[in-house]
Amino acid sequence: MTSIKVENLFGGYSGEPVLTDVSFTVEQGEFFGILGPNGSGKTTLLKMISGVLPFLKGSIFVGDRSIQSFSAKELAQVIAVLSQHSSQAFSYTVKETVALGRYAHKKGLFQTWSQKDEEVVQEVMQWTGIEKFQEQSLEFLSGGEKQRVFLAQALAQEPEILLLDEPTNHLDLSYQKDLLDLLHKWTREKGLTIISIFHDINLAGLYCDRILLLEDGKVIKNDTPKDVLTENTIQQVFKTKIEMHQHPKVPAPLMVLLPDDALENGGTEEVTENHVGVFDDYILLQSPMMLKTMSSGVIGSGIGWYNTFINRYVDKSYHSRNYREELKRFVVEEGLDPSNTVGMMTAVKMENVQYKQYLDKDFSILVVVTAGVGNAVDVSRSVEHPFVYRPGTINTWIIVNGRLSEEAFIQSIITATEAKVKALAELQIPDQETGTIATGTSTDSILIAATQKGKYQEFAGTITPLGKLIGKGVYECTLEAIQKSLKRSPDL
Amino acid sequence: MAASILLVAAILIGISIGTVTVPIGDIVKIIGSRLFNISHVNVDPMYTTIVWNIRFPRVVLAGLVGASLAIAGAAFQGLLKNPLADPYTLGVSSGASVGAVLTIFLHITIPVIGSYTLPFLSILFALITIIAVLIFAKRIDRSMKVETIILTGVIFSSFLSAFISLMIALTGDELRQIVSWLMGSVSMRGWEYIQIILPFFLIGSFLLLMNGNELNAMSFGEERAQHLGVNVKRRKMLVLTAGSILTGAAVAVSGTIGFVGLVIPHLTRLLWGPDHKHLLPLSMLTGSAFLILADLTARTVISPTELPIGVITSLIGAPVFAAILIRNKRKGGER
Repeated sequence: MTSIKVENLFGGYSGEPVLTDVSFTVEQGEFFGILGPNGSGKTTLLKMISGVLPFLKGSIFVGDRSIQSFSAKELAQVIAVLSQHSSQAFSYTVKETVALGRYAHKKGLFQTWSQKDEEVVQEVMQWTGIEKFQEQSLEFLSGGEKQRVFLAQALAQEPEILLLDEPTNHLDLSYQKDLLDLLHKWTREKGLTIISIFHDINLAGLYCDRILLLEDGKVIKNDTPKDVLTENTIQQVFKTKIEMHQHPKVPAPLMVLLPDDALENGGTEEVTENHVGVFDDYILLQSPMMLKTMSSGVIGSGIGWYNTFINRYVDKSYHSRNYREELKRFVVEEGLDPSNTVGMMTAVKMENVQYKQYLDKDFSILVVVTAGVGNAVDVSRSVEHPFVYRPGTINTWIIVNGRLSEEAFIQSIITATEAKVKALAELQIPDQETGTIATGTSTDSILIAATQKGKYQEFAGTITPLGKLIGKGVYECTLEAIQKSLKRSPDL
Repeated sequence: MAASILLVAAILIGISIGTVTVPIGDIVKIIGSRLFNISHVNVDPMYTTIVWNIRFPRVVLAGLVGASLAIAGAAFQGLLKNPLADPYTLGVSSGASVGAVLTIFLHITIPVIGSYTLPFLSILFALITIIAVLIFAKRIDRSMKVETIILTGVIFSSFLSAFISLMIALTGDELRQIVSWLMGSVSMRGWEYIQIILPFFLIGSFLLLMNGNELNAMSFGEERAQHLGVNVKRRKMLVLTAGSILTGAAVAVSGTIGFVGLVIPHLTRLLWGPDHKHLLPLSMLTGSAFLILADLTARTVISPTELPIGVITSLIGAPVFAAILIRNKRKGGER
């Protein structure tokens, strides 16, 4: 059971103090990250823990022994180090290099190569995936391969604690992930303790159990990634503008840099009715800029940045198992870029579209609705419906010329939905199955998009300025679109 | 194995060839009879004198000097991760020379050690020089680049050579002795010189051979070696001392013979790989064979005049030095 305990550590290079009163403990099996701007003392700290740099004051305990009581060999049996830069003057083979990791376990004047040495070396070469080129000379390997060789060398020491100085520095993306996945697994399975300096804040957030944040040689924070990697802390320590989000797939913080010119409210361009084109078999909205979009479309659904929005008419008999791919192909055929496109489908004729721009004092929205109510459903009694597809869909688009918070996106959807329900109630659209008033159709889609420039809209509830505009716009457009479709084909 | 055969062949050829050629069979007989105390051997007594009193000690001395310089060079190169390091380029040989010249110039004899005063002072000056060179190199450039160390070595070499020249200018009758000694030679030395170098040779090479693994680790950098569990401070001092002992003793008996410690380890590394556990002993074998053959060339090529042996080694060594430098630079560029 080996933990590392650092107490009131002071020290640096030749009289110049780098670290001031640093204390922390790392438990066995922890993946412990060290973060900090350049010159904050990360490497100095790691050098002291690895025993190569003496310190002025304080103490470091490895297990229950002071680090100063270890001989170099004893320490190397417990702690291994993977440095940022590794150099070699002569062309050792991969295996010779890895085998040096066994040095700490050798005894006596004549250090013989034992069966166990060979086994360990072969094993670590397998783990790191370098056994294929074990007879090759080091100088012919790529930076990433070399880094793995030195990792294998460190692991051949069979350490209980592994110190890493920006281990992924020279590695390709896939190797970064592989290496950190592997190390993380070992902390869990083998109880390996890892103390690692990170350069990449997001990587640290993904893999570390705890993070020590250093600034000017002092500990600013020592806590879980979630508590260390907050927008305020990181902005203060790293002195740059960032935004903290959340990783979409795992519960980890995700930091994003904000380029200066993205923050300027450059351009007064807006999305207007003029950007909408109605064609025989589709409606196309091409925005002059990328819009942050939240939608339930067929392609480009979810949250993302898009500038092309298409609502395509398909015949009632349309049937494609792979409708997503089919729609993508259609988009490509029309000369549009599917990666920038949100696409929806409807069996409603395109002439039944209703779109209009609504203006407030300092912002505006554009609402586009296509509606058919052939399969209108009363949501409160939808359990009585058989699962049968009938054509007839209400697709609602709301484009906001303004800057929306995430809450505002969600509230916009609520507000728009309420307005739609109201429109259906107003027109007494029945649910054919139950005979009650319908609240929508079974296949409705919605899209909220915002330029993210101009006036900031934090909320979009029904009585906020944005909510008011959405309520009015969606209600009116839905009403008119349904009326148009009823006029043309009353059965829909 | 190949290296041992090479050495034996070099010894036999080295003894055999000269103004009088001695058949190899007779050489074996003569040496065998001396070593195993057999009194009656059917060999020309003139051959016996030539072989036992002149050529054999000369070849053995050349071999010991070659082995000392080569293993010292290999160790310096590993320690400093510097393929250009050798006792000569680091200025260690010059340092040892200053010690030797001082001894001769001032007629110093330290009581108790007597005839070992010369190697003792050579070794002492060699050690002081290498430590001074390393401290200076570190002052100039913390990362101790290959070129920085060599440049510092050259500066020290020049300074020490100037110092030696000064002493020569001040001497009267010792002049010829010093000059011929300075050029580097193993001729007319006899068995007493072998007695001088042998103990130092044994101690120095034993110390280095014990540090093969440590040198391997240190050729990845001192910090890396420390991480791997090497007591870098102690091992470094040990290697520097052993290297200085070997260089100092070699210089004391044969003057400055350049580039052996550079060329031989390099060649050995090319043939057998960089692992110091093999590199060190193999460098010794090839180094002694090389110097025996170089000495043979030196005394036969424009016979009856003898060339200083250092001329031969430098003629071979300097171009190799240049080649390694270019190769190294190129590798550096790609990194």
